[in-house]
Amino acid sequence: MKNLIKEFTKGIIKENPTFVLALGLCPTLAVSVSVANAIGMGIAATFVLLGSSLIISLIRDFIPDKIRIPCYIVIIATFVTIAELCMKAYSPALDRSLGIYVPLIVVNCIVLGRAEAFACKNNLARSFFDGLGMGVGFTLALILISAIREFLGSGQILGHTLVKGFEPIFVFGMPSGALLVIGLLLGLFNLLKDKRA
Amino acid sequence: MTNNLIVSGSPHIHKPASISRIMWTVVISLIPAGIAGVIIFGLDALWVTLVAVAAAVLTELLFGIWTKKKITVLDGSAVITGILLAFNLPSGVPLWLPIVGAVFSIAIGKQVFGGLGQNIFNPALVGRVFLMASWPKYMTTFTQPLRAAGYDAITSATPLAMLKEGKVLEHIRYLDLFLGKHGGCIGEVCILALLIGAALLLIKGYISWHIPVTYIFTTAVFTYIFGGRQLFGGDWLFHILSGGLILGAFFMATDYVATPLTAKGQLIFGLGCGLLTAVIRIWGGYPEGVSYAILMMNAATPFIDRYTKCRIYGTK
Repeated sequence: MKNLIKEFTKGIIKENPTFVLALGLCPTLAVSVSVANAIGMGIAATFVLLGSSLIISLIRDFIPDKIRIPCYIVIIATFVTIAELCMKAYSPALDRSLGIYVPLIVVNCIVLGRAEAFACKNNLARSFFDGLGMGVGFTLALILISAIREFLGSGQILGHTLVKGFEPIFVFGMPSGALLVIGLLLGLFNLLKDKRA
Repeated sequence: MTNNLIVSGSPHIHKPASISRIMWTVVISLIPAGIAGVIIFGLDALWVTLVAVAAAVLTELLFGIWTKKKITVLDGSAVITGILLAFNLPSGVPLWLPIVGAVFSIAIGKQVFGGLGQNIFNPALVGRVFLMASWPKYMTTFTQPLRAAGYDAITSATPLAMLKEGKVLEHIRYLDLFLGKHGGCIGEVCILALLIGAALLLIKGYISWHIPVTYIFTTAVFTYIFGGRQLFGGDWLFHILSGGLILGAFFMATDYVATPLTAKGQLIFGLGCGLLTAVIRIWGGYPEGVSYAILMMNAATPFIDRYTKCRIYGTK
């Protein structure tokens, strides 16, 4: 049990997919304009991670080694399609604002990375907690980045104005602002890691 | 008998120049343009400049204390960044704008990369582009020059902005452009004052002619060919005298750190700046392209340096 908790918590800080492994930066840059987008993207990616980790871990002994990547992609694509269709059906507004980045979860390197590095070598329970931890870590990172960007770029969090009279810094709503925020946060995480070590 | 023969390793030629000496000379060479800006736009221009310099110096100091490195405030480079940033702002901006810009210039444009000598972009231009992208409303509201008493501020577009909107510019005289009697940023309007400062730097040998001359010449050629209604009909003199071209060419495109080292590289750098400036002015979305042109060429500097390396004597 203790091991399983460790598999879960490592994804949140010690091996955070965004800030430590630096994986999946493309959707991070693209959808972190608002906190609502970040939560939607995070949930979708966590769902795909969980589902694909489970299935791959279950059938890991049957997948021929030579064609394992295409097999992973098919499994991942299945879950992405489920997530995309659900999103289209139940929150079309979120689907419109995330756009192409929901189907692009198929090629998100966090998902494929966990399949290749973890799920194909570990049993069901461990893969489940690993996928969950990575998904939560990715979601938290997205929320952190998007909260900073939404506040600085439009003066709001989740659509609520926080400070009256604050003149929004437009640049943080643009891609260059995303690169700035992610770069500075990466630097901050490295600084904290050095301090602790 | 004293020994007059001194045996030592290279370098053998000594100059009294040092970083702080060069930087403070640049500060002095910028003063004429500052005075001209204050005369043209009033005391607002002075406050904007002072606030920007103070914020830049303070940020540099705080970073020096935080990172426990040598305190580099006295070498004057932060002062230059502050002045150049302020010179790129309209005089009527609220005073928090130069503060935010100067802090961003020093913190993100310079110290994040490791301080003076490490920055890949010109810090002042990084700050200006940041402000331009964040608060375009303030950055493009220009005060009318030499305004009549009794009004707080009258806005007036820059000649380049009027050109972009397709207005006829026949009433603008070249002499007014040269002396700075038109809307614009604090430090860019008075060409005469800028040239005085640039002459000082050229005479002292602190900047070479390569970048400014190729930059201005290329801009002139391209705006002459493509800037008019038909080919070879552009008003090249207007393009040289308006906007931030002179300020950029002499004071910002000649930044030691972010520009190529060799003469050949500097010619390529100036050519690229001129080409990009002309392209942005003629076909781009912004009326003025000097800051973007210089920043883009800053990014290309490592490549230019790599391909214009001097051959070491005796090697192939």
